[in-house]
Amino acid sequence: MRKSITIFGIVAASMIAATAQAGTLEDVKARGVLSCGVNNGLPGFSQPDEKNNWTGLDVDTCRAVAAAVLGDANKVSFKPLTAKERFTALQSGEVDILSRNTTWTQTRDTSLGLKYAGVNYYDGQGFLAHKALGVKSAKDLDGASVCIQAGTTTELNVADYFRLHGMKYSSVVFDTADQTREGFEAGRCDTLTSDQSQLYAIRSKMADPTSAVVLPEVISKEPLGPVVRQGDDAWFNIVRWTLFMQIEAEELGITSANVDDLKANTTNPGIKRILGTEDNAGERMGLSADWAYNAIKQVGNYGEMFDRNVGPATPLAIARGLNALWSNGGIQYAPPLR
Amino acid sequence: MNEFKPLPNLPPPVATAGVIGWLRANLFPSPFSALLTVLGIYFLYITLVPFLDWAVFSADWFGTDKSACISGGACWAFVTSRIDFFIYGFFPTSEVWRINICFALFVISFAPQFFDAFPYKKNLGIFSLTVFPAISYVLISGGWFGLVEVSTEKWGGLSLTLMLAYVGIVAALPFGVVLALGRRSQLPVIRTFCILFIEWWRGVPLISVLFMSSVMLPLFLPEGMNFDKLLRALIGIIMFQSAYMAEVVRGGLQAIPRGQHEAADALGLGYWKSMLLVILPQALKLVIPGIVNTFIALFKDTTLVLIIGLFEVLASVEAVVRGAQWRGLTFEGYVFVGLCFWVFCFGMSRYSQKLERKLNTGHKR
Repeated sequence: MRKSITIFGIVAASMIAATAQAGTLEDVKARGVLSCGVNNGLPGFSQPDEKNNWTGLDVDTCRAVAAAVLGDANKVSFKPLTAKERFTALQSGEVDILSRNTTWTQTRDTSLGLKYAGVNYYDGQGFLAHKALGVKSAKDLDGASVCIQAGTTTELNVADYFRLHGMKYSSVVFDTADQTREGFEAGRCDTLTSDQSQLYAIRSKMADPTSAVVLPEVISKEPLGPVVRQGDDAWFNIVRWTLFMQIEAEELGITSANVDDLKANTTNPGIKRILGTEDNAGERMGLSADWAYNAIKQVGNYGEMFDRNVGPATPLAIARGLNALWSNGGIQYAPPLR
Repeated sequence: MNEFKPLPNLPPPVATAGVIGWLRANLFPSPFSALLTVLGIYFLYITLVPFLDWAVFSADWFGTDKSACISGGACWAFVTSRIDFFIYGFFPTSEVWRINICFALFVISFAPQFFDAFPYKKNLGIFSLTVFPAISYVLISGGWFGLVEVSTEKWGGLSLTLMLAYVGIVAALPFGVVLALGRRSQLPVIRTFCILFIEWWRGVPLISVLFMSSVMLPLFLPEGMNFDKLLRALIGIIMFQSAYMAEVVRGGLQAIPRGQHEAADALGLGYWKSMLLVILPQALKLVIPGIVNTFIALFKDTTLVLIIGLFEVLASVEAVVRGAQWRGLTFEGYVFVGLCFWVFCFGMSRYSQKLERKLNTGHKR
């Protein structure tokens, strides 16, 4: 009896040591499933749909990595995480990727033992104003009353912004996001401020969404993106380059619809490099040659992910804005894939 | 000779019998009571009628998104169309039968307890506390007997709520009894341990226990070793609940007069026998209301797991009303969740009252 316990102890200890030494890539391949931490409910980013499948931009970011690594975008187990536990879940190895609308800041990048692999959504604080007000820019908001949700950084950002531009405002503070929207709709204030992605969600909730406009100014930077553990560079590369590859694919016009055709017929060397018919980008990262093909075929390029989840055809109706490709006036820019 | 024929009985005065008599006796015995009755009826009229109209008569029951709700009443369409999510969470649709079997077993093992005539109640009771949790675990988590494994992040909805509450209840009662006995023990080590355990767990809020289990604990474990978030939360709930249960049971133990202990000693019973045969049966019977109170509190406390990202019934309803299709139905969502909880809590409460009546041996004052 004692002997068997000792043996069990040794086996357990060696198993622990083994998993600790192996890289995340080997772990994921051995497990056959990618473990991905997502928001526990944020429309457009991660939200269970009517068939109980997770959908959203953050969700698709994980699915693309699963397709690239395992060849199947459905081999992801999504772990809904709250804001407080997200970093622990990543640090402790409960999730392989944290894709949970997490803002990239210097503190988080340098002191939490994790690395931001890229930006899948450039967010920023903005203003929603009544159309009847006739305001075209946030600079015209001098003297306006502003609906704000209490206890958020948005409150501080607004104060900074108005002080910087020498303008006056009066704040109308609410407790929850819904109350803030109702206050705005009821005309308690001229404008409402929040993160831009939230502003679109708020506008889509309004009784008459066309009666309000999102002003073009963005007064704070909120780059959101997937995060991985620090110290596992091979895995970091995979997550980072899967996202870059999707952006590159959009630039080259590769979509989930035409990827088969392009793979067979294209003469464009850039597309051939991505799809693995020439050069082998996948092998350099420990993946198969068709890593990019799988991700594009099953999830799509960056633009498809964006349009499907938050784009103009969805209830959120977010314009590409900053998230457009650099060639279209945005700042989504991928280094060359060669 | 004329035979004596009694006159037929006169009917009782209209004012003291029948409906009118009842009304007079109960609702209109004095002008003040009459005034209160009228006010009460008026109050019911102005609250209940609009509520019923909203919740039942002008409600929309079916539809696939919010546009189906046009009548102005409650929009129950989101409940009917997403009921599978509210009950089973992310559980794969093809495997839902496994949860259904567990529900059926649950009903089979508890429904007969409400009927006195049913013969095998004791066996069923033992079954529901031992075999049933084991069968349910195998069925729901899978991985054995050719069942597909379903990992815990797919568990959710009402089934997860019931699972958390059931495991908490079934595990906390024996732990609580042991802790309560330990706290009254003559052995200083055991007594100190039990006091420390109880005072520690009773002194921290459940929400911080859950936070610690999901946020701090994984950091202390060696790298690569990690156990399931649901299991961590469950252990936290059981610890927390055992401490409360221990104090409830201790209250019962203290109510047993010293004579009972002495009687058990005089019969030559050892410690365990005197406790199991004499003291505990009396003590537990005394504290049934307290125990059930703790159970009901635990059942409602399970909603707290939503702050660590587990999709119990409240979290799944919230997730749906945040989505684009059913956005803004928060009120209906909370009414629905409240109703779910009320049904189960009320059931537990009725069951405890039944148990009290059945175990009543005339000591009730």
